[in-house]
Amino acid sequence: MPAENGLTLSADLRGLDALEIPRVEPDRPLQRVWRAGWPKAAAVAIGLLVWQLVVVSGWKPAYVLPPPTRVLGRLAEQVGTGEFWQAVAITMQRAAFGFALALGLGTTLGLAVSQSRIVRSAVGSLISGVQSMPSIVWFPFAILLFGLSETAILFVIVLGAAPAIANGLIAGIDHIPPILLRAGRVLGARGPDSWRHVVLPAALPGYLAGLKQGWAFAWRSLMAGELLVVIAERPSIGVRLQFARELSDAAGLQAMMIVVLVIGLLVDGLFFGTLERIIRRNRGLVTVR
Amino acid sequence: MTSATPLETDSVIPAPPAIQIRDVTKTYGDGRSRVQALASVDLDISSGEFVCLLGASGCGKSTLLNLVAGLYRVDQGSITTGDRHIGFVFQEPALFPWLTVAGNVEAGMRFRRVPRAERQARVGELLRLVHLDEFAHLRPHELSGGMQQRTSLARALAQDADILLMDEPFGALDAMTRSVLHDELEQIWARTGVTILFVTHDVREAIRLGDRVVLLSSRPGRVIGDSPIELERPRRLDSPEVNALAGEVTALLRQEVRRHAG
Repeated sequence: MPAENGLTLSADLRGLDALEIPRVEPDRPLQRVWRAGWPKAAAVAIGLLVWQLVVVSGWKPAYVLPPPTRVLGRLAEQVGTGEFWQAVAITMQRAAFGFALALGLGTTLGLAVSQSRIVRSAVGSLISGVQSMPSIVWFPFAILLFGLSETAILFVIVLGAAPAIANGLIAGIDHIPPILLRAGRVLGARGPDSWRHVVLPAALPGYLAGLKQGWAFAWRSLMAGELLVVIAERPSIGVRLQFARELSDAAGLQAMMIVVLVIGLLVDGLFFGTLERIIRRNRGLVTVR
Repeated sequence: MTSATPLETDSVIPAPPAIQIRDVTKTYGDGRSRVQALASVDLDISSGEFVCLLGASGCGKSTLLNLVAGLYRVDQGSITTGDRHIGFVFQEPALFPWLTVAGNVEAGMRFRRVPRAERQARVGELLRLVHLDEFAHLRPHELSGGMQQRTSLARALAQDADILLMDEPFGALDAMTRSVLHDELEQIWARTGVTILFVTHDVREAIRLGDRVVLLSSRPGRVIGDSPIELERPRRLDSPEVNALAGEVTALLRQEVRRHAG
């Protein structure tokens, strides 16, 4: 083949490629923060406004439904104390430990179901059944088994979160495009290689959706557990919520509810949300403006 | 159907073919939905040869490719490729979306436990070969269809492929990209000496690329024609010579399709 021919070809290819690859100017960071932030800020402002209006309307007395300023004031006050952070630390420890256990159990279960037809027909639908059970239903049984203890709380967190994680992994594996598995096979991926480099990465979006849902279940179970299973010398967010109710401290109660909401949002949005965005962006699952 | 190439006449014993297909039969399904895809197919492909496999739809050309790749098992007969390494390019690029272009090309070498430094050198070399070295860090979704298919080609070549099996690899591309990729594939073939078995339903594409064009009948697939293409390379898809040959082959194929009108 003459050299001239090769040069033309390479120029043709480079021309075609340059036409295909869009040059996108990256956003400035400030611009990005503003674009993502203002709708959220506006939504919070509208929420607070509606709350204030309901208080002003006099629907409920102020000692039952205090105005947002008072609740936020209480929240600021509490955030300044060591007790508050101790309670948050204990709650988050339970959440992390329970979620880690659920992660191990759910992943093992998911792998077993996705790989074995027998296991699938035996427990496949049972997993969804357990997932749909409200976690609070498990507490009487858990307390009977383990008493008012950390173990009782962990037990219910794991039962709440593990099925969601297992189901996410199963769905992720079931929905892998067969062509990717064939590509893996012709490239020589066998056994553990195939799992590590083809099956698991391909199943990751479904698995992550399961983890996200599992976290939501774990957090709900944990809050229910902390309201029901009060352990002496173990302050927690749930215990503070319960005490606020007993003391008719409406502002304190609502301040703790805000804390529960904010933690849920932070873990879901910041942690899982960011992971999900990275994965979707890497795989081209995001529509470009 | 032994094809005597000049190389073989020089030696006393003819070199064994790179791919030897003997009396291969393949049937799918069972009961009423039984479809015989291939019926006693015989085909020899010499080392370094570029063979295009042509046929109407349902002729089992993709089946034959999958059998050669070892993805399916033959019912009867045998396929021998010796200890040659096989690379496969699918109709879809089938790239791993979680890896970059370089990562995709590297994947097969990881499975073969090629050391890291060697892997990286080879990836660079292959990406230069398919003119994608500038785009090594991009993800598949950021590439055009043609670029994805070139990545897939580089990934197949990274298998140290002696044999490249290609299943309508340019079928989904626009005419312009396609013709550029024909040139590119031809250059890569000339430079690497790889044996190519290329499945297509496009008669002109087969004549543009192949040393030989093998025609398969439909349901069951049988070899009904095997002609060397003696036009000088590089050929052009729209040259009068290619068109004239394409007319003859198309007439044969239509005759074969009419047989099924009943």
